[in-house]
Amino acid sequence: MKGALEIRLAPAELQSACEALLQDGGRMQMAWAWVPSPGGIEVCYLATQDAQQSFVLWRCSATDRSLPSLAGIAPLLGWYEREITDLFGVSFTGHPEPYPLVLQEGARPIKPPLDPAYPGDTAMPFKRQPARIPEVLGDDVQALPFGPVRADVMESAQFLFFYLGEHILHYQPRLFFKHRGMEKRFEGLEPALGVVLAERVSGVGSFAHALAYCQAIESACDCVIPPRAEWARTLLAEFERLYNHLHYFGHLADTTTLKVANVEGKLLEERVKQINARLCGSRLLRNLLRPGGLRRDVNVYTGLSEELQKLHLDISRYLGQLSRTAGYLDRLIDTGVLNRRIAFDQGATGPVERASGLDRDLRRDHPYAAYGNVQLQVPVREIGDANARAEVRAEEIGASMALIARLLADVRHGALCGSCMPLPNVEGLGWCESPRGALYYAVHFDEAGKLRRVKIKSPSFSNWRVFPYTVHDSNMMDYAINEASFGLSIAGCDR
Amino acid sequence: MPVWTLFGLMRGSATTDWPAGEDDGQKNALGMPRYHPEKCEAGCRECVAVCLSGALTLMHGGEARLNVDYGRCVVCQLCVEVCPTGALETSNDWAFAAHERDDLRWKQALQSPEAAIVKSRIEGAFKRSLHIRHVDAGSCNGCESELQALNNPFYNLHRLGIFFTPSPRFADVLLVTGTVTYAMRDALLATYEAMPEPKWVMAMGTCAISGGVAAGGYSSGHGLEGLLPVDVYLPGCPPNPAAIIHALLVLLERASPRVSDGHHMDINRHE
Repeated sequence: MKGALEIRLAPAELQSACEALLQDGGRMQMAWAWVPSPGGIEVCYLATQDAQQSFVLWRCSATDRSLPSLAGIAPLLGWYEREITDLFGVSFTGHPEPYPLVLQEGARPIKPPLDPAYPGDTAMPFKRQPARIPEVLGDDVQALPFGPVRADVMESAQFLFFYLGEHILHYQPRLFFKHRGMEKRFEGLEPALGVVLAERVSGVGSFAHALAYCQAIESACDCVIPPRAEWARTLLAEFERLYNHLHYFGHLADTTTLKVANVEGKLLEERVKQINARLCGSRLLRNLLRPGGLRRDVNVYTGLSEELQKLHLDISRYLGQLSRTAGYLDRLIDTGVLNRRIAFDQGATGPVERASGLDRDLRRDHPYAAYGNVQLQVPVREIGDANARAEVRAEEIGASMALIARLLADVRHGALCGSCMPLPNVEGLGWCESPRGALYYAVHFDEAGKLRRVKIKSPSFSNWRVFPYTVHDSNMMDYAINEASFGLSIAGCDR
Repeated sequence: MPVWTLFGLMRGSATTDWPAGEDDGQKNALGMPRYHPEKCEAGCRECVAVCLSGALTLMHGGEARLNVDYGRCVVCQLCVEVCPTGALETSNDWAFAAHERDDLRWKQALQSPEAAIVKSRIEGAFKRSLHIRHVDAGSCNGCESELQALNNPFYNLHRLGIFFTPSPRFADVLLVTGTVTYAMRDALLATYEAMPEPKWVMAMGTCAISGGVAAGGYSSGHGLEGLLPVDVYLPGCPPNPAAIIHALLVLLERASPRVSDGHHMDINRHE
């Protein structure tokens, strides 16, 4: 696969290879399965060694549909293995949590749904069964299932609390109510059309998804991207970070009951979304990218720089005022502490991992688009509490504003799109640092140059796995604040 | 806390008076492509080949060559880009709310000249105020992002007497986003059942109308098609906040639909 160094392993070699990787300071990034030919099945593991070294891809055939589990060695792989079991029917021996993850209890697909032999238009039989939940004993322990329909305008998921008074004994999020089977939909598509799907995997990450997808295709097909397109991609990726992070602060202020700070954050987000529409016709930055470059040019309108200077000033005032509000800081400091060890082992990514002392950012460590040509400040904190997560994002807003200003002062001109013809039987890896962290697309083409398999690893899939570790043993009053401080999305996780 | 009160007062009002005034905040936002059948060439199927959600299909016989179903359009603009003759054209037609599913299907002639004058279907008690229960039945979170924007100071939905309510027991309208996945179907229906009569349903976003690009498959649904009676359809991917406000006012009969038989009436917006 282009974009990564490949190593082929036998099932018996997996565990020792994983142990060796971790001993050398490496880290697993994701795992997925695909069907290279009818009846065959291959599991791929993506790993990083030190930061700034190239990705490593392990490939392992699972012809008898069983592999040794690596979740006991690299815990973050636990969810990927369960997903592969649900969608490909591969079992992982010795898995510490051998339960369904992506599919609900009671879903009975006639075949593994992501096997190309499963027809694309056939619904799974489903009869709801009680969820598998841990037994929590004790006279005064209360169980509170919350969701999947929650208060206010929220994404659907169910949260299960076992609590005693205010104290949370155990917390279990039940996700994947929104699982739409997006990866299956890429099967058999022309690569150029897949971008419309990628943009609709996670709405508030539309641009990052389109970008990572295009880069995977471009890597597979050896496409050259013109400088104007690289420039515009970098610019718009930062606008996506900007509106997402501003939304984050509005929401976080809401959970700490600061009404003015809530609406001010949302108003700043609105201003960026309106700029987005003026730049490219879409408030969510959709419908602009294509493999090879851009579909249309970005409309860098007169007055944009002045508008951004004013916005920057208002953002600085807003974030400055927040950082001087004692009632807000009181609720964030020491709330939901994620230590570095758990962040690493369970796979935290983006601002969440950077707030827990892990200095990783794909824009700097594995540059793409025009990021290789710019100096990027990557804020890091060691403490890992809600305040650290907010501070990392606040500094990232400043870094994004500075980067946007530099890009607008150094506009690239020229062609919008290079040639990007699909090739038969190629493979590519694409990635980008979305506002929520590392996003990966792995694409496998078929012999006709169409898509055979597309794997999507969204940052929220990683961070939802980590989040419960900060909730157990905390209290109910802090829950909403802690959840807001993670800045999670559900659509990207559920796909 | 007093500092924040002062902060808020000093920022002044940020709220648009749309739809009474002109500033809808959607400058340059692209809407549904407009169809000009007279420019459509025989033998050409470029647009149909790139339409992932099946909004464009070839017609057999008839004056126009295409079936255009805006209830399936995800506004991706690919058809406009591949059309060699300009038969499909970009537009700012995003205020696309309609009472009838059929009004989202393009027809050569406006079949009902008075289509804009809708018959009164809303009880008098709802004419001024509305309480909404939103259910995400499997969206990409794009529709939620725009729904959440309704309460920002620019749109300030409360000024129109429209509120989101946490309990279906207090709700007048069920606002559904997403494709209705197999796992959300029972929760969605239970929410509808929990609402008191009379009650209304709005399908927001192309996914909730037809499933959009994620229609069908092993786990996804076809939106509210055949599932619940829908009173207002609002296609878009996602519809912007001004379009949502317009659709809610259409539901309350405080605004008229601008779409009839797939034609959008307001063609002068933003030139």
